[in-house]
Amino acid sequence: MKLVDVGVGKTVKVERNSAHDYLKERFLALGLTKGADVEVLRKGPKNNLTVYRIRGAMIALRNEESRFIEVL
Amino acid sequence: MGLTTQSLRLESLRDIYEIEKGDKQYVIALAGNPNTGKSTVFNYLTGLAQHTGNWPGKTVASARGQFKYKNNEYIMVDLPGSYSLFTASKDEEVTRDFLCYGNFDAVVVVADATCLERNLNLVFQISKLTKKVILCINLIDEAKKKNITIDRQGLQNELNIPVVLTAARSGQGMNELKKAIENVSFKQTESDELKNLSYLQYESETREKITEQNYNYANELKQKYVKEDINKLNRDKKIDDIVTSKKFGIPIMLALLGLIFWITIQGANMPSQILAELLFGLQYKLNEIFIGLGVNDFLRGIVIDGMYGTLAWVVSVMLPPMAIFFPLFTLFEDLGYLPRVAFNLDHLFKKAGAHGKMCLSMCMGFGCNAAGVIGCRIIDSPRERLIAIITNNLVPCNGRFPLIIVLSAAFFAFTGSFLDSIIPALSITLIVLVGVSATLAVSYLLTKTLLKGVPSTFTLELPPYRAPQVGRIIYTSIIDRTVFVLLRAAAVAAPAGAVTWLLANIYVGELSILIHAANFLEPLGRAIGLDGFILIAFIAGFPANEIVMPVLLMAYMSTGALTDYESIDSLRQILMSCGWTVLTAINVMLFSLLHWPCSTTLLTIKKETGSLKWTFAAFIIPTGIAFLVCFVTASVYRLIW
Repeated sequence: MKLVDVGVGKTVKVERNSAHDYLKERFLALGLTKGADVEVLRKGPKNNLTVYRIRGAMIALRNEESRFIEVL
Repeated sequence: MGLTTQSLRLESLRDIYEIEKGDKQYVIALAGNPNTGKSTVFNYLTGLAQHTGNWPGKTVASARGQFKYKNNEYIMVDLPGSYSLFTASKDEEVTRDFLCYGNFDAVVVVADATCLERNLNLVFQISKLTKKVILCINLIDEAKKKNITIDRQGLQNELNIPVVLTAARSGQGMNELKKAIENVSFKQTESDELKNLSYLQYESETREKITEQNYNYANELKQKYVKEDINKLNRDKKIDDIVTSKKFGIPIMLALLGLIFWITIQGANMPSQILAELLFGLQYKLNEIFIGLGVNDFLRGIVIDGMYGTLAWVVSVMLPPMAIFFPLFTLFEDLGYLPRVAFNLDHLFKKAGAHGKMCLSMCMGFGCNAAGVIGCRIIDSPRERLIAIITNNLVPCNGRFPLIIVLSAAFFAFTGSFLDSIIPALSITLIVLVGVSATLAVSYLLTKTLLKGVPSTFTLELPPYRAPQVGRIIYTSIIDRTVFVLLRAAAVAAPAGAVTWLLANIYVGELSILIHAANFLEPLGRAIGLDGFILIAFIAGFPANEIVMPVLLMAYMSTGALTDYESIDSLRQILMSCGWTVLTAINVMLFSLLHWPCSTTLLTIKKETGSLKWTFAAFIIPTGIAFLVCFVTASVYRLIW
């Protein structure tokens, strides 16, 4: 499953980071590594951004980005 | 994204990052994730007033300061916040390169006590580069509020580097930090000089593995040494459920903006009157003294009516709204609200083809557009950075806000009821919205034409809310702003006042030069709902927008419409007697909002883009919009009136 498809309130584990180049590095820097817990907190205006709890921090990602994260 | 180690580049980087130091002087680098309070630590140690704010990316160029401890001097370098040494946005590169090539004696890595797991990754990375690392776990007061406890000794033993717990805002733990800095700086070993740069040159896959290991270890350390209270952690979530919700996010934002303006207008009235009475009373006295001394009328006119008069206008009319607006704005910045604004508005920026973080550089523009333009460095993609730079001027800065505030207070408080305090606040909010709409429209058009492309990727951290340091904010922003405005006023307003007075009093034929010029510009001014004098004032305001209103008033008064300034209402009367209508007021506000950037901003744009072409674009685009919008409003107004 992709992170973008996970419903609000659920917690999932990162399986794979399939982004490339800069985005991939950025994801890694934020702690989206294999096995990391990600909690889906909230969708923002127009469902454009979603807030996730990643490694204790609140990070907002667009759907265009979160579809690169495969989760279990 | 590995580093090139060609010796040439290496040498040049060493030159850039070599900091000169003497005997008993040590260079200390401050690194850390964005928004961990590095600048607060820096300010506490050095006593400098580096601007702090609760959003990632605030420090975009490194700041420097010094402090003394036990007869030694320490040169602090505050590096831009960085999540990782592997990734590099423009500001993160500064941090990485300094840590690789700088001649520091110790690195203090500042970490957020409430988010230690994420912060540790960078600590591990830096520890691979150098052994001279100190871990400063900051915001320990915030952690305490959230019932988070950290086992310092346990972490120190495990990591084998000095660990200090601090709350830089109150000074807690700062002595321990100084001691740790001394200890590490004194311990110079040969092997320390050789930095393990190969660590940054691994292939992508290896980097992924390393990061994974780092984070697993960080998680393990967190489980072992950090105790959390899950109920307290949910406080921010509850606030954000409302503040960033689909329904209420944007309305709450607009209401807060309106509230700030309302407080500003209400609060500025009294001090403005008192200052005006004082300063213009003094002008009257000074004139009498000069006359008594038999000073030449011409000289007296230049000095008292020209220079002093303009200064007095700047101080009495422009200063009070500034001194109130900026502390209020900083309060929200400290609280951590700005990233929420970026969150709520991202869908609009995305549609316009701009970067979501442009919101943050725009917020910096409220303070000063030149600072906003530099702030655009937080945007990685060159295309979007250029868009952000070109449009930054469409946010009214420090120098233009008071004009907008004063005019709306003067012209839109006419009902004589309680609405008088609300309508001006609403109209200023509207003006800001016009600026934001123009920003989005220009971004959209640029994306479709000159700067084609798709919005780049975007990750936004919503930092924890923090109680603002109210006392410090009020103190520093009033003192900073006051000093800043007064200096700028003295530097620009006084000479501009003298020149305006001269132009108004040197006659060519029947009329003064000023009136000749105003007459020349009159048709153009009229076409867009302004007049010749107003255009002259805006041109005179090119070095600093603060002086537009004062120069305009001077110019008007020199034509004989002399009224004593006592209150905001007398300002309206002065302007009405010079032919102003509500349309003039609206269009002056719009023109001020949209017109060309000031000279400082243009120079900064030239520096940041390195291109005359884009600097020209940043001049001509807003100017074109200003003329167009004012022309439209003037035409509509004439049709319906």
